[in-house]
Amino acid sequence: MNVDETDLPGLGRRKDFMTASGRRIGVVELREGTMELIVSTWDDPDTCQASIPLTGDEAAALGNLLGGQHLAMKLSEEHKEIPGIVTRQFSIAPESPFQNQPMGKACIRTRCGVSIVAIMREGEVLPSPGPDVVLHSGDLLVAVGTQEGLDSAADILRNG
Amino acid sequence: MDPLALTLIELGAVVFCLGLLARLAGRIGMSPIPLYLVGGLAFGAGGVVKLEGMQEFAHLSGEIGVILLLLMLGLEYTAAELFTGLRRSWQAGVLDLVLNFIPGAGLALLLGWGLVGAMVMGGVTYISSSGIAAKVITDLGRIGNRETPVVLSILVFEDLAMAVYLPILTATLAGVGFLGGLTTVGISLAVVTVVLMVALRHGHRVSQAVHSENSEVFLLNLLGAALLVAGVASALQVSAAVGAFMLGIAISGATAHSATRILEPLRDLFAAIFFVAFGLNTDPTTIPPVFGWALILAVITAITKMVTGIWAAKRAGIARPGRFRAGAALIARGEFSIVIAGLAVASGVVPDELAALATAYVLIMAILGPLAARYVEPALKAFGGSVRLSAKA
Repeated sequence: MNVDETDLPGLGRRKDFMTASGRRIGVVELREGTMELIVSTWDDPDTCQASIPLTGDEAAALGNLLGGQHLAMKLSEEHKEIPGIVTRQFSIAPESPFQNQPMGKACIRTRCGVSIVAIMREGEVLPSPGPDVVLHSGDLLVAVGTQEGLDSAADILRNG
Repeated sequence: MDPLALTLIELGAVVFCLGLLARLAGRIGMSPIPLYLVGGLAFGAGGVVKLEGMQEFAHLSGEIGVILLLLMLGLEYTAAELFTGLRRSWQAGVLDLVLNFIPGAGLALLLGWGLVGAMVMGGVTYISSSGIAAKVITDLGRIGNRETPVVLSILVFEDLAMAVYLPILTATLAGVGFLGGLTTVGISLAVVTVVLMVALRHGHRVSQAVHSENSEVFLLNLLGAALLVAGVASALQVSAAVGAFMLGIAISGATAHSATRILEPLRDLFAAIFFVAFGLNTDPTTIPPVFGWALILAVITAITKMVTGIWAAKRAGIARPGRFRAGAALIARGEFSIVIAGLAVASGVVPDELAALATAYVLIMAILGPLAARYVEPALKAFGGSVRLSAKA
């Protein structure tokens, strides 16, 4: 994928690319640290139909949704034949007790038999993360296990 | 009445009126600058109400307003951005300079204001209002547009051009001879180059020197440094404004961002007073005789900015609607045109009509600019549509 980066003196930096459907999509990183999601119009790729301001958390969440959905769908497809095995996504809330803690501290596999198979972070995938990976708020954990196991894992991640 | 009480009442009334004007401007979505100017005209010599108690304060505050305007112009771009801007867009920048300097300078010569008048009016018509342009781009949601970097790099070039132009203007206005002028210009060019080099390599040290986590300390450091540098520059006849501008360029990175945030309210206050002070010193009765000229100049320089934008955007591979958007975004003139005219008026070597012409011109352009930027595309569509229809018929 060819992403164009353009300086916007005094404002920030634009990163965008052309989609297969002929529309330009990307982000503008403003100097104040905020971000805007931009989508071009149909008839004029130079202009923007929408520019949506996103906070850092929102941008990370959107990145995870786009990547995580894809990943979770693929995993569910693969586990379809095994009855009782479910894939679910957990996001780490800012108030989670495991925020900024190594994942191993939550002992999810030992306590509920659930495997964290990937972490989505800022639009990137960390495949099969080890116990020493530090969790951040906004991370999306892709977990595989039984229905009950996943429920208790969700509870552990939320309340410790 | 006690003179202090009178001054306070006058100042309070003026600032309060400015608040009302700014709110009105916000309500109808225009730049407040023309309203401030009109406010100044109404209060000043020959205006509706005459204010005398606050003249002295208005004068000094106006000077501080100019320093803050230029300091923040310098803060807006980092030295690295200035260099890349210069490399990427110097052709468009030169075209911009030639096309937009000549109409103002030409009219000044035509009206018999001499070379000094031409130098001033050329600057007034050349410099776009980066404040209005940036606001228009943000308000109309064009930050992500492809023509926006083109517009911004032209503004960056104008910024650099100001750094060279202001010292030359100051020297010309001071009436120093050719040799003296050459020395001043030489000194200021050397200073500009050195500051840019220092800012590029050691910007973080300058930033460190003024930076503080405590916003009170930071504000006092910044303001103190700006006034000191401006004062020294003024003593060296390099123009106080240029000194502040150079300091702004030298401050970079995160410090520059927080400096912008912290100085914004101060700049808004003092710049507003500066526009009023400029209006105060302009006799409203001198405007009607030059208004026709201002209108002609406005039409010509709106077209020349349009041509600049269209040419630059075309070179960057932008399609037709984007080219017109780029041109229209550049049309607005504002704060820096008044800064230039203000320097000229303060020196007393230009005729009063110049201030009147500059005022009328900025009044028109500050209103016309944002309107043009907003409606250029619908106009183009309507126009393009009718052409297609007539072709079909």
